[in-house]
Amino acid sequence: MSGAAFETIASLVRTRAGIVLGADKAYMLDTRLGGLMRELSLASLDALAAKLRAPGSERLAAAVTEALTTNESFFFRDGKPFEHLKRVLPRIAAARGPAQKLRIFSAACSTGQEAYSIAMVAEQLGLLPRLEVLGTDLSQEVVRRAREGVYSQFEVQRGLPVQMLVKHFKQEAGQWRVSPALRAGVRFETGNLLADLRHLGNFDVIFCRNVLIYFDAPTKSRVLSALADRLAPDGVLYLGGAETVLGLTERFTIIEGERGVYAPVVRMAAAG
Amino acid sequence: MLDCLVVDDSRTVRRAARRMLEARGFAVREAEDGQQALDACRAALPKLVLLDWNMPVMDGITFLRHARKEFGPDEPQIMLCTTESDFSRIVTALESGAQEYIMKPFDDEILAGKLEVLGLLPDEAA
Ligand SMILES: C[S@@+](CC[C@H](N)C(=O)[O-])C[C@H]1O[C@@H](n2cnc3c(N)ncnc32)[C@H](O)[C@@H]1O
Repeated sequence: MSGAAFETIASLVRTRAGIVLGADKAYMLDTRLGGLMRELSLASLDALAAKLRAPGSERLAAAVTEALTTNESFFFRDGKPFEHLKRVLPRIAAARGPAQKLRIFSAACSTGQEAYSIAMVAEQLGLLPRLEVLGTDLSQEVVRRAREGVYSQFEVQRGLPVQMLVKHFKQEAGQWRVSPALRAGVRFETGNLLADLRHLGNFDVIFCRNVLIYFDAPTKSRVLSALADRLAPDGVLYLGGAETVLGLTERFTIIEGERGVYAPVVRMAAAG
Repeated sequence: MLDCLVVDDSRTVRRAARRMLEARGFAVREAEDGQQALDACRAALPKLVLLDWNMPVMDGITFLRHARKEFGPDEPQIMLCTTESDFSRIVTALESGAQEYIMKPFDDEILAGKLEVLGLLPDEAA
């Protein structure tokens, strides 16, 4: 692959998704984009890059971006945030009216394990009827899978306690389907975190985990600030294990004694 | 030190499980069937039993029922690890007193996740 081809592809995913592909990631382009290249009978990454530079390449650009996302996810990932949610959700629920929905954002939701894990926590607390989880992701394919809510035997064994498996899933030809009761509390849409998020409404809790790691610092700051705009003053933000707000935004503070849990900094209303 | 009794009639499975558990700091003993496992538990109760279902002499579910009667509901913690993957089988194991269940094939990630669910992984590994 020529340097120019790498440049074309790297700048494309950076503009479209915020994802930074270092030169050390060049090796993965062949594997990740191989399927797409075969489909289009393109012999090389250079040929693909040329096609991307030609006019009318919007759909191809979207497909290339999607192919370069990392979609790994699992149920109750990292454990701790869900234990914290279990403690904090009753407090938030009590602060709202009894008929008010509890809105939780699973940003960059991938195949939906995080959103369904949140629903399982709400169910344990008797709050499932009030729950409204919205999961969004850039990739159409993962959103389709999240909506479908069908997981392989391997996927349902990563982090999911067996009691939850038996309670919330139905076995179907070697795969496991999430129960209608959980699905009723969860919704998925395609969406880009770099785009305007205002139409999503406001949230009581935001999970934004294992996606900021792919962005450069200015993009991280921008996304964190947009998330702060969407979060209730008494709400909570969860980030992934390798992510932080430090040095990126003043709009969140660390919650003492917790890892990856942040509270919004409530700004004083301007006088007059 | 955390210790685990690996019960499986396949030497290959016992070896693989031993390797994964020892890498996470467990002391591992092995048994080839339910009867050997009962004897091993009577000698010294392990923290965890990783238990195959289908074995000669005494199968896993029979061992499980004996163990719960003899040692109580909480100790040792018992995790099935079997190719039996039918919903009804899982329910049977849970109703007989198992704490967790692994459907084979499994790998280190699945095992680690389950150990975490059981509270048997040190925090820094979480
Ligand atoms: C590693 S997964 C994280 C899934 C889940 N949050 C978790 O922690 O398990 C990262 C996801 O971020 C998505 N993604 C990457 N850039 C994005 C963007 N700009 N907007 C929305 N989603 C994005 C990818 O498609 C991928 O599914």
